Parts: sequence; C-alpha cells; structure tokens
Amino acid sequence: MADDDPVGRRGFLKSAAATAASMAAGTNVGHAHEHHDHDHDHQAVPSDLNLRVKALESLLVEKGLVDRAALDAIVDTYETKIGPRNGARVVARAWVDPAYKKRLMTDATAAIAELGYTGGQGEDMVVLENTPKIHNLVVCTLCSCYPWPILGLPPVWYKSAPYRSRAVIDPRGVLREFGLQLPDDVEVRVWDSTAEVRYLVLPERPAGTEQMTEEQLAGLVTRDSMVGVANVAVTGATP
Amino acid sequence: MNGVHDMGGMHGMGPIEHEKDEPVFHEWWEGRIYALTRVVRAGGGRQNLDNSRYRLERLPPAEYLRMSYYERWAARLVNQLIENGVATREEIESGTPAPGSPKATPALTAAMVPDVVTRRNSTRRDAAVSPRFKVGQRVRARNINPTGHTRLPRYARGKAGVVVRDHGVFLFPDTNAEFLGEKPQHVYSVRFAARELWGAQASSRDFIHLDLWDDYLDRA
Repeated sequence: MADDDPVGRRGFLKSAAATAASMAAGTNVGHAHEHHDHDHDHQAVPSDLNLRVKALESLLVEKGLVDRAALDAIVDTYETKIGPRNGARVVARAWVDPAYKKRLMTDATAAIAELGYTGGQGEDMVVLENTPKIHNLVVCTLCSCYPWPILGLPPVWYKSAPYRSRAVIDPRGVLREFGLQLPDDVEVRVWDSTAEVRYLVLPERPAGTEQMTEEQLAGLVTRDSMVGVANVAVTGATP
Repeated sequence: MNGVHDMGGMHGMGPIEHEKDEPVFHEWWEGRIYALTRVVRAGGGRQNLDNSRYRLERLPPAEYLRMSYYERWAARLVNQLIENGVATREEIESGTPAPGSPKATPALTAAMVPDVVTRRNSTRRDAAVSPRFKVGQRVRARNINPTGHTRLPRYARGKAGVVVRDHGVFLFPDTNAEFLGEKPQHVYSVRFAARELWGAQASSRDFIHLDLWDDYLDRA
C-alpha cells in the first residue's frame, strides 16, 4: 500500500488497515499477504510483533499520551486480580446463602457489587440459573462481550469464530464438543450478548458437597461452568 | 453492516480449540495492546464503545478472519490513532514522534488504574422513555440491513419471538457508533425458538435469547 493512496474514506481505511496488518504480520506493507497461508495459531504470530507494539508504546509515551506504569498496572490487574475466582465466589455464596441467591436473581449487579466486584463490562448483570431441566449457555456472536469484573478477560475459544458461529445454531453440538452431553428433555437457553447486559450462569451445585465450606465450594466452580459450557464437578475441575 | 463479524449461524469455522490452563495473555504484546487501548479510551475524545466495535467490523473481511483477537485490537488502535489525528502512519512505523509534535500529559496514571477498572461506565440512561413493548408480548425483529453499525444480528432479522424481560433504557448503538446521538430507548430480552431461527433441524427444546432495542422490533 503506497503512501499516496487517494484520501477517500475507503482508501484511507484500507491504508490504515494495511498498516495494522503489516504490524500484525511483522513485514513490509506491500508483502503483508505473503505470510498468511499458514494455519493460524499463536506460534504463527511472528515475535516481531513484540517489537512493533513496543514501537507503538514508545511513540505514545513520547507523545505524553501514555504512562508506562499505567499499562503495567492494567496488565497486572487482569493477569492477577480480576478473573474467574471472583465469579466463583459469587456462585458459592449463592449456593450457601438463600437470601443472597434471591438478591442475585432479582438484582444481579447489586448482589455482585456486595462482594466488591464492579466495573467495565459488568455494569448491568443478569444471572441465569441452571436446573436439572434448564441449561444456559452464553455467547457473543457479534464480538466478544463477556462479564470482565467477575470472569476476567475471555479465553480465546470464546472469542473465536467456531464458538461464535455455532453456539446459536448448534448449542448441543457445541456442548458435546466441550464434553457435556445433555439429555434431550433438558431445555437449552442460549444468550447472545447483543447489548450491554452481561450474563453469568449459576451452575447447579453438585451432589455430595453438602459438607463443604463456601470457600471449598468456590474452589470447585470453573470459568467454563459460569459461561455454561460445562457443569461443576466435585473432582477433576478444570479452569 | 452485514460483515463477517456477524457470525451467528455460519458453518465451516472448524472445531472449538479449548486450551487447558490458558494464560490471560499469550504474548507480551497482547497485554500491551489491551492496556494501550484502555489507556487511549480513558483519554476521551472522539470515541465510544460502539464506535470501537464498529472499527473492528470495518476491518477488511479477509483480514478480520485471518487476524487473532488482539491483532484486531492492534489494527483498530492504529486505525483510530491515525484517523483521529493522534499519530501519523510514519510515526507509528518509526515509533518516534515527528519533530515539533505537541507533548501531552497522560490522562491515566498507575494510581488511577484500580479506580478505572472498577468504575461503572454504563450505557444505561436515566431518560423518561416509554417502552413500546411489554413482557409476554410477541415481537418480530425488523428486516433491516444498515450499512453502518448495528447490534441486530442477521440470523434474527424477520424472525418472531417473545419479550421475556425489559432491561430498561440504554443508548442506541446504531447512532452512537457514528456520533449521531444517543437516542435512548428500551432494550428487551427476546426469546426465539431455535426452530423459528433455524427450521426443523433445530431442537424444539432450544431457545435463543437476544437483547434487542425498541428500534429493532415490530409487533408480531
């Protein structure tokens, strides 16, 4: 893409996108497409992208727009502080405290804030309760909407085309792919997060956990169970 | 816009790749792009969440599908910085400001981060707008095909469902994305039978819920 492209809207966007594509591909703009016939996985991303993002960060720091320590703090927040453990505490509390569960089902945003979890992408929460006859599954077909304050940032599969495309047309097939075979008489409710409401699935409390403390219960609750692609198991929990 | 981002119901995208013990960020640059985007967003100016989504949707379709999630974020950030006149392409390529370019003061410091990440920034609006529909009512999603941003997926257009919840009043993304006003209106959870959306191949016990604005709906 030459620098003297027409300044029309399409040309402009195309140039900008090509710049970004070259940034992503770690190559010259004009050759950005030669490296794209590989299978797309994390290893395929050239390490050069680190250098290009480093350059972008330096530029914005030099311009006085960005404080590096703020970047560090944001990354640290989502790597170590805000994640699915928050949601697990909400679920465990709902399992042991019927009054809390009632508040959670009527005003989820307020009930979740009681435990100290608030913030962007969690301003308007709704909790969906799984029962022996109803299974809830959350997706965002249009982008990647996800309740950040209680689940953290979404995993790659949640943001990927396979999940986004199929969760609404073949939810039972998607669940089987996650290892969850639902009986035919269970109603499946898929929630496509098309607006600013964010959803948390309240999974069923597994049998045999009657003696467990709230803290122990929270330890059983996985991220996947709160998105609805898994149930909570007493053993063999995965993230 | 009828873009590739509107993926609900598409086939051929392959198996879902579930990674065990997945890290929050796989590479250093992913975390940096996420944080840079949040910091630039906190700086204000001509931007909002809907505009931000619209920027992703306008990436060339082949690029959108090829890129990883945070590559899209990188592309969006570069496009935004250039279009808003914050940086030139030459500056982004070189990583150095052009001689004599102005120097700002960071809008967001590390000390402000805990507040920023827990702050509510709802698009709910405290506006006295009457709902056009009520819970239990049958509605039909309009058959609209706007070339701009919309949150009405193609797979629901023209389909009938039932209002199961009134979420209240929120700003309208279709206009907000292009800075054409907030147009606050009610958003409803609308329940569609899977068979209404996908035909007889779907299970009679599957239901899809979408959150839809007043302007997306007619009486059924």
